[in-house]
Amino acid sequence: MKILVCISKAPDTTSRIAFTDGDTKFDENGVQFIVNPYDEWYALVRGLELKETLGGSVTTVTVGGADNDPVIRKALAIGADNAVRIDADPADSFDVASQIVSYAKDQGFDLVLTGKETINYNSGVTGALIAEMLDMPYVALATKLDVDGGTATITREVPGGTEVVEVATPVVLSAAKGMAEQRIPNMRGIMAARTKPLEVVAGVPSTGQTSIVSYALPPAKGDVKLVDAENVAELVRLLHEEAKVI
Amino acid sequence: MRTDLYQGHDYYLLDELLTEEHKLIRDTARAWVKKEVSPIIEQAAEDGKFPKHLIPGLGEIGGFGPYIPEEYGGAGLDQISYGLIMQELERCDSGLRSTSSVQSSLVMYPIWKYGTEEQRKKFLPKLATGEFIGCFGLTEPDHGSNPGGMITNFKDMGDHYLLNGAKMWISNAPFADLAVVWAKDESGRIHGIIVERGMEGFSTPTMTGKWSLRASDTGELIFDNVKVPKENLLTGRSGLGAPLSCLDSARYGIAWGAIGSALDCYDVALRYAKERKQFDRPIAGFQLQQKKLAEMITEITKAQLLTHRLGQLRNEGRATSAQISMAKRNNVDMAINIAREARQILGGMGIINEYPIMRHMMNLESVITYEGTHDIHLLITGMDITGENAFK
Ligand SMILES: Cc1cc2nc3c(=O)[nH]c(=O)nc-3n(C[C@H](O)[C@H](O)[C@H](O)COP(=O)(O)OP(=O)(O)OC[C@H]3O[C@@H](n4cnc5c(N)ncnc54)[C@H](O)[C@@H]3O)c2cc1C
Repeated sequence: MKILVCISKAPDTTSRIAFTDGDTKFDENGVQFIVNPYDEWYALVRGLELKETLGGSVTTVTVGGADNDPVIRKALAIGADNAVRIDADPADSFDVASQIVSYAKDQGFDLVLTGKETINYNSGVTGALIAEMLDMPYVALATKLDVDGGTATITREVPGGTEVVEVATPVVLSAAKGMAEQRIPNMRGIMAARTKPLEVVAGVPSTGQTSIVSYALPPAKGDVKLVDAENVAELVRLLHEEAKVI
Repeated sequence: MRTDLYQGHDYYLLDELLTEEHKLIRDTARAWVKKEVSPIIEQAAEDGKFPKHLIPGLGEIGGFGPYIPEEYGGAGLDQISYGLIMQELERCDSGLRSTSSVQSSLVMYPIWKYGTEEQRKKFLPKLATGEFIGCFGLTEPDHGSNPGGMITNFKDMGDHYLLNGAKMWISNAPFADLAVVWAKDESGRIHGIIVERGMEGFSTPTMTGKWSLRASDTGELIFDNVKVPKENLLTGRSGLGAPLSCLDSARYGIAWGAIGSALDCYDVALRYAKERKQFDRPIAGFQLQQKKLAEMITEITKAQLLTHRLGQLRNEGRATSAQISMAKRNNVDMAINIAREARQILGGMGIINEYPIMRHMMNLESVITYEGTHDIHLLITGMDITGENAFK
């Protein structure tokens, strides 16, 4: 089975968030980047597990500049066979999907996995856009994935429970928490990653459809108000008048 | 224990001096420690037992002889990689790092450097995965800082050697599969010899009652007319310089490891100081606490610079024993002082095993004593700069 896993970098969760260029760009200065956790822990690891039981290969694809290479090497160290980096500066999710599809369209992948979202932009639509552009079915928020012959059986989270769907491959799906367990690379993997192929291909002209007007930080957390356990009336009043949640 | 929230601190942007692979190796060790060790380390220390189930994982992340060439099962990494792994292990616990340093620098290193090709092939690959665990027997009950006075000895019996004597304070001894033992031949010259578990007359009683390095097993090595095959002699080097060169490698790793302990204490204390409120404000806002924290990061940063440079020199094969002594001495002392200050920042909470500080502090009492005491390293620097031997 030929598996493609879409990998993107994301700031480490402890990073200090700031903006530049009149609040239209994320300030990468001093920021540590990691592999987007949904891509790494769930999509990539499940892809590797399937390859290990069913045979085949796992390729990763990343859209962006050479500053993505460290996270790509990490994906290779965890076990991907080869990596492709599309050398483009993507404008938005539509652009990312177009770039990935420009590479993936005639590669014959049976399975295209993405994380359910990146933890920095949270758009959560790249997988769906790829599926549409590749004319493949799409299953979102998968928490379990098995493949038998040409059929993928996928469990997905739905409000209040789970749903099990069957779909013929090739298929695109987005992976959510639960799909697999984090895999820490080992020294053999890190050494092997040195020589695994990381192919850099040119991107297609940008197809971005949106542009960032501005970013803003969420308002600072206010002080906690403690209400005496006996004073339920005051709690209700605050929830109603100040928090406006009831 | 609380969730391990540890985060590295790099005040002088030294990460920029590392390669991407160095960072991947360090982050891998850190992730493994957080997942596998942090949740159990307090219990292991309380039980006074090395958690043996960690051994295969330690092998996988490069905890055993990462600089040993690939043909012998190592990873062929450079000295900075080795240092970073030691830093991440000791960030969690000095005992964990000790197990790894002993195996790497005191067992694999001498077999690699001074062993025969057969010994390398027989032992190194299994030591690299942790299938074999080794220990290093230099210290004796009556010869600690003065190992050259050792009395453990062997006689050439024609088809084998006959080994007699006793070693004390030996890390990993209670469960080691083999011991690299330093003993004198009939002419009084020191040689390394590999003693394997199961050889008749060889026993490894556990030493108990430690208040320090509790998550590492320490024991004695007793040799009562042990017949050791001749092919177990390390033939590449003899004399006190042979074990001392192993100590150079281990001490270099300790210099990095101590930074790990210090970073953990600082990280915990900094977070605590920002969250803990007294007199209606975070204690981090009081000048006395800021002095402690500011001095900690200053000392850590100085140690990081010293140690990174030492790593470069070691990579080039240019680091002297005296330079390594300076780094081991400085960094362990720095770490122990930071542990003490950090403990105070946490007030009463500083003595509870919900936080790692008191464990680090107690561990570092061993680290400042073994592999050359704080005093002995000073004498090494003193001798190096004055040319005068003040040991005896
Ligand atoms: C937990 C632990 C694990 C260990 N693991 C190992 C191991 O795996 N293998 C191994 O071989 N050893 C090991 N050791 C032994 C360790 O290396 C020795 O404890 C150390 O070398 C000091 O020896 P000593 O304890 O006999 O102290 P001593 O040598 O008796 O020293 C006592 C005091 O006298 C001072 N002193 C000694 N000589 C001088 C001098 N010339 N001038 C000034 N002051 C001096 C010392 O600095 C020290 O303060 C371990 C020790 C500990 C605590």
